[in-house]
Amino acid sequence: MEIERAIRVEELTKRFGDFTAVDHISFSVGRGEIFGFLGANGAGKTTAMRMLCGLSIPTSGVGYVAGFNVATQSEEVKKKIGYMSQKFSLYEDLKVWENLRLFGGIYGMSGRAIAEGTDRILNELGFAAERNTLVKSLPLGWKQKLAFSVSIFHEPKVVFLDEPTGGVDPVTRRQFWELIYQAAERGITIFVTTHYMDEAEYCDRVSIMVDGKIKALDTPRNLRSTFGVASMDEVFRRLAREAERKGD
Amino acid sequence: MLKYLIEKEFKQIVRNSFLLRQIVGVPLMMMLVMPWAANQEVKNVQLSLIDNDHSTVSERMVQKVVASGYFRLTDVSENDAQAMRSVEAGSADIILEIPADFEKTLVNGGVGSVSIRTNAVDGMKGGLGSSYLSSILSDYSADLRAEYPGMMTTVGENLPTFSVVPHYAFNPHLDYKVFMVPALMVMLLTMLAGFLPALNIVGEKEAGTIEQINVTPVKKFLFVLAKLIPYWVIGFVVMSLCMLLAALIYGIYPTGNLLTIYLFATIYILVVSGMALVISNYSDTMQQAMFVMFFFVMIFILMSGLFTPISSMPGWAQAITYLNPLRYFMQVMRLVYLKGSGFAELLPSFFALGSFAAFFGIWAVVSYRKSA
Repeated sequence: MEIERAIRVEELTKRFGDFTAVDHISFSVGRGEIFGFLGANGAGKTTAMRMLCGLSIPTSGVGYVAGFNVATQSEEVKKKIGYMSQKFSLYEDLKVWENLRLFGGIYGMSGRAIAEGTDRILNELGFAAERNTLVKSLPLGWKQKLAFSVSIFHEPKVVFLDEPTGGVDPVTRRQFWELIYQAAERGITIFVTTHYMDEAEYCDRVSIMVDGKIKALDTPRNLRSTFGVASMDEVFRRLAREAERKGD
Repeated sequence: MLKYLIEKEFKQIVRNSFLLRQIVGVPLMMMLVMPWAANQEVKNVQLSLIDNDHSTVSERMVQKVVASGYFRLTDVSENDAQAMRSVEAGSADIILEIPADFEKTLVNGGVGSVSIRTNAVDGMKGGLGSSYLSSILSDYSADLRAEYPGMMTTVGENLPTFSVVPHYAFNPHLDYKVFMVPALMVMLLTMLAGFLPALNIVGEKEAGTIEQINVTPVKKFLFVLAKLIPYWVIGFVVMSLCMLLAALIYGIYPTGNLLTIYLFATIYILVVSGMALVISNYSDTMQQAMFVMFFFVMIFILMSGLFTPISSMPGWAQAITYLNPLRYFMQVMRLVYLKGSGFAELLPSFFALGSFAAFFGIWAVVSYRKSA
């Protein structure tokens, strides 16, 4: 059992045929940390994340999330994590409270915990009036905030966020990151991918993936000084320039 | 956990107005229209007449044929070539040719013969049409024999005649509706309990919601079970609606036990929806699921004995029908509805359907993959 690190990955690899999507990556993430997982399109971020969530079986290497092996104990891992996919994937034909109730129920929360949690979340998000709204009629920014709330509803140890703020306006992005900070303060480890370099600055540490490999991993401040540049944006561009793979 | 999953499935079904309309609309349509259309009796056969005799005997013959109700005299031709042209033009199906001096031959004690020629492009119509016509004509010849004793026997002596009186057990009036209605219920159940779940899991794949489910610790068995249960309920509603309609519209009631019907329906719904979920698991898009399901349902229906008796299929085809769950349920429904068979007599079908249900149920759970 691995208890001190929320995520520990060694030489994790995923091949599809003769294409190596994720190429021997190793890193670890501490509890309560906000870990930014950066990389250009097609660099292998989503594949790596799916392996950590137990959705994809690694070709080789090992990964532990919340103390469980992602390859052999994936159902145990799933009890301890939350996941928000790149594509909005709550039920559009269910109401706001019904989505919360469904996922709370699936994670084995009691009816009472679900009811109380729903009230709390809707108040925090300022969604109280939208309780009975079908999810499909919510604006995108609201949907994303709801999806995040659903992913941490059962108080997971680690939450994986795959480009949670894609296509969202700056004000809502800001609010979104406030939610992320609140969750991190409660001790939830945040593993987040993003394309916005200003968001990378909000992370405790970031890794940058290029062609399936992790090319850099440090705090944003250290990365900037190592590369001798003023912003994360430049760090990213320097590394991404070396990429041989085409983005998608 | 199951409670929440089932709740979700029902909410989704209730909010899908198209589905609801289908659940009520399809049975109505099926029960109101299909029993009239899926009728294997041959009626309104178009008759072309070549009467070279123009006698009282020939005229009465034609009257008798037309009075039977199965034939319509649509064409009267002078000669063979003309009659054939009507057949080619589609205004005649059967040619009845009465030779010249037909009456005279009969009265003089000779053997009269008429010829029947059939357009057999539609085999069913041609075959049944000519056999109806022959039996009407032989009836008529019996009439004539009674009128002119001693005539019309081919070898000059009075052959002892006997007549066959058929007795149709369990469906005394040979009403096709009685035969078709229980089978149509089976077909309907197959379509609703088969196609709707086939679209379900693959629909979640297309919407992306399956991803959010797969990342939870939900048990595969519970997830699949929660998908099956709503179709069970829908199947029951549809089945009951059909039986009610059959009773109200056609006065067709099951002779056997209603519970037997429901018991078999319960298992049968599991079989088809299980199969549908298996297909759904292997498909990436709705079109794919739809076509594969359509392929199987088509074969199942054609090889179930719904339209054509299984006993008249070739041996190898009969062997295949044993792998067809529809065959068993079709049989059961007809037996219970018409003959009133009890559960004990249906035990073999019960075991067959039970095995299918277990097979597809297990397969559906195993083939549902939470990770790749």
